[in-house]
Amino acid sequence: MKTKFLILLAGALFGSGLALSGMTDPTRVTGFLDLFGSWDPTLAFVMGGALLVFGGGYFLLRKSCDLPRDSGEPVSRRLLMGALLFGIGWGLGGFCPGPAIANLGALRIEALVFVPAMAIGMILVQRLCKIDA
Amino acid sequence: MLNWPVVFISDDDSQLAAGAGAWLNTGMNWEPSYLTGFLGGCLIGAGSLLALIVTKKIPGISGVFARLLRPESNDIGWRIVFLIGLIGGAALMMGISDTAASYRLPAGRSLFVFALAGLVVGFGTRLGGGCTSGHGVCGMGMGARDSIIATLVFMGAGFGTVFFWNLVSSAS
Repeated sequence: MKTKFLILLAGALFGSGLALSGMTDPTRVTGFLDLFGSWDPTLAFVMGGALLVFGGGYFLLRKSCDLPRDSGEPVSRRLLMGALLFGIGWGLGGFCPGPAIANLGALRIEALVFVPAMAIGMILVQRLCKIDA
Repeated sequence: MLNWPVVFISDDDSQLAAGAGAWLNTGMNWEPSYLTGFLGGCLIGAGSLLALIVTKKIPGISGVFARLLRPESNDIGWRIVFLIGLIGGAALMMGISDTAASYRLPAGRSLFVFALAGLVVGFGTRLGGGCTSGHGVCGMGMGARDSIIATLVFMGAGFGTVFFWNLVSSAS
């Protein structure tokens, strides 16, 4: 019960952070990706804050909390192809998975279309590539 | 609706502009969204860290969501609770802050574009094993080399996509 509450709290911290940072606003995201136009650097500050807290906490607590380690897997062609496709989809809509799911509560029609399509894409990978993803 | 933190910050706009106007002498102006962005980022990092400590699993959103779709998954309970918290936390923040409630569609994106984008994002994140949170925050925060490379690749692809989108839409 206590575990479930902590996970609910973790999700709520994450979701409130996404909204406060403006990442649930697709134009904030495409504004960051518009590097060669009217660039909006806000997303870099979001990444900076997140990396500061997560990275700092991880390196302080990894031993005492027995946290998982980086598997040190080599960079595969699959990883590069996947990241490339993800980046293209990210630039098309200004949605990555977190902000799209976070916008479901506000019943934004774009999120209600995006999230099921994302689920189909994920199931396709699992079926076609027969990978444990 | 309360205007926090919009009012709180925009009241200070003139001082911010005076104090950080020619910000770091780069000629860039300090925008209030940089501060709310940084604070929101800290919350994202804190939520990710707490979920990692409790579950001992890397809480990338695409991975948390994708494993709900596999019928053989036997640990779907915490994933559902985490995503309920995420949706609820975002809705709560949107309710108390006009900054958080901001939602503007990028120019020219139809629902068809969002359907296509969702499909490609779903396919790409599972093929590449992570998204902005899994690779960009958690993986990079743990110092994982493959996550650093994945983040560089998807950011580069995002820059290129928006560049070509703007190029094509300004030509037509």
